[in-house]
Amino acid sequence: MKRLSIFLLFLVLAASLSAQDDLMNMLKDSTSSQTNYTTATFKSTRVINGHSVQMMAPGQLDVRISHRFGRVNLGAYEFFGLDQSNMHFSLEYGITKWLMVGIGRGSYEKTFDGFAKYSILRQSTGARNMPVSVSALTSIAATSLKWADPTRTNYFSSRLSYVGQVMIARKFSPSFSLQLTPTIVHRNLVPTELDPNDIYAVGAGGRMKLTRRISLNAEYFYMINSKKYMSETIYNPFSVGFDIETGGHVFTLLFTNSLQMIEKGFVGETTGNWLKGDIHFGFNISRVFTLKQ
Amino acid sequence: MKRVVILFTISFLFLTVNGQKFITKNGYIGFFSHTPMEDIKGDNNQVNAVLDISTGDMVFLVLVKSFHFEKALMEEHFNENYMESDKFPKSTFRGKITNLSSVDFSKPGKYDVTVNGDLNMHDVTNKISVKGTVEVVQGGVNASSKFNVVPEDYKINIPGVVRDNIAKTLEVTVNMKYAPVESK
Repeated sequence: MKRLSIFLLFLVLAASLSAQDDLMNMLKDSTSSQTNYTTATFKSTRVINGHSVQMMAPGQLDVRISHRFGRVNLGAYEFFGLDQSNMHFSLEYGITKWLMVGIGRGSYEKTFDGFAKYSILRQSTGARNMPVSVSALTSIAATSLKWADPTRTNYFSSRLSYVGQVMIARKFSPSFSLQLTPTIVHRNLVPTELDPNDIYAVGAGGRMKLTRRISLNAEYFYMINSKKYMSETIYNPFSVGFDIETGGHVFTLLFTNSLQMIEKGFVGETTGNWLKGDIHFGFNISRVFTLKQ
Repeated sequence: MKRVVILFTISFLFLTVNGQKFITKNGYIGFFSHTPMEDIKGDNNQVNAVLDISTGDMVFLVLVKSFHFEKALMEEHFNENYMESDKFPKSTFRGKITNLSSVDFSKPGKYDVTVNGDLNMHDVTNKISVKGTVEVVQGGVNASSKFNVVPEDYKINIPGVVRDNIAKTLEVTVNMKYAPVESK
């Protein structure tokens, strides 16, 4: 009798103690029906030179200024390349959640460029499970250099080149993301018959967060075309850098064997060889302004 | 005696299982930070909460990523740098109305209440005591409260460069419109 009443009292006690847990369990069922989208796979819209899956949010303007200095192996007379500077700046804007556009200008070959980037899939868990984020990029570039040979018939279309790119990325953990980037570059006019108009490449990029505000990024593009008979010695671009975030800015300090900062240039026109020290120091600065809330 | 205990137990169990519970899946929790540099406001309209009016128990479950901000970068920094929402996706509150007897759930009206409980955020749990109001309305119960939260208490580090942009104390606003749980 006594034992039974103690047992029952214990039961009552246990029931009232777990009351809040019961209430919490009622809630857990309802939260699992929401979709949890992965955010900030990369800190900015670039891995280093190439685009990342990351989009500019709607109504946000990204003002980007990038510099690549001369080759480090030029030595002390050129102050290890810092005496020479090559720049690119761009204005990039998020129109919707899935579309951003940008225009830019680079000093290398006096090039104007424009791009549109579309978000196709977003990595998510919960109600909708998606293992990767996928974005696509199309861009066009026009060099405004004076014609090399003004005596022959020159067409405006000869100045143009196009890029198509698909970015497939996965944020494996809060601190580690990886991206694969199949790329096609089409150049309307190439220097010699030996140089292909179409260049096929596959890029790989990743970032590892070192602290909450600093990440280590690396990026490599493997050119599928044979480089053997091209008129210039071309190398695959490899870049490594740090993303440093301070409020509304992201600074990227980097080393790369490529002087150019747009896809058309660094994929297929990179002439630096890491092994010989043809390395450029450079930086990207991204400043985001909210134009529309 | 034996019969009394059994009866008491069964009725109590019955009460805790089928006690009057009120639930919402789109409650509001917001916070506001004011500094001379900028104002930051985060709004979450997808708060899950249950109130048991028979015991005064109330729990809240918040998905941290459901807070939205006027600037996309604020939202990214909130999730990436401060709340670390990938690591700690949920924030909870388990509490109890301490003066339940002063609320008459059968009579529409506003009642002042004090709620004591555990607020879990960023994997840190602190005991808090907040004042609020419970409003009994036709077909439901509303609850609201305003209280202050200090990010440092929850090991949320705010570095020097943005120290001037984020207030040391944030004002939290809670607004719930509960509906009765339909018995299954």
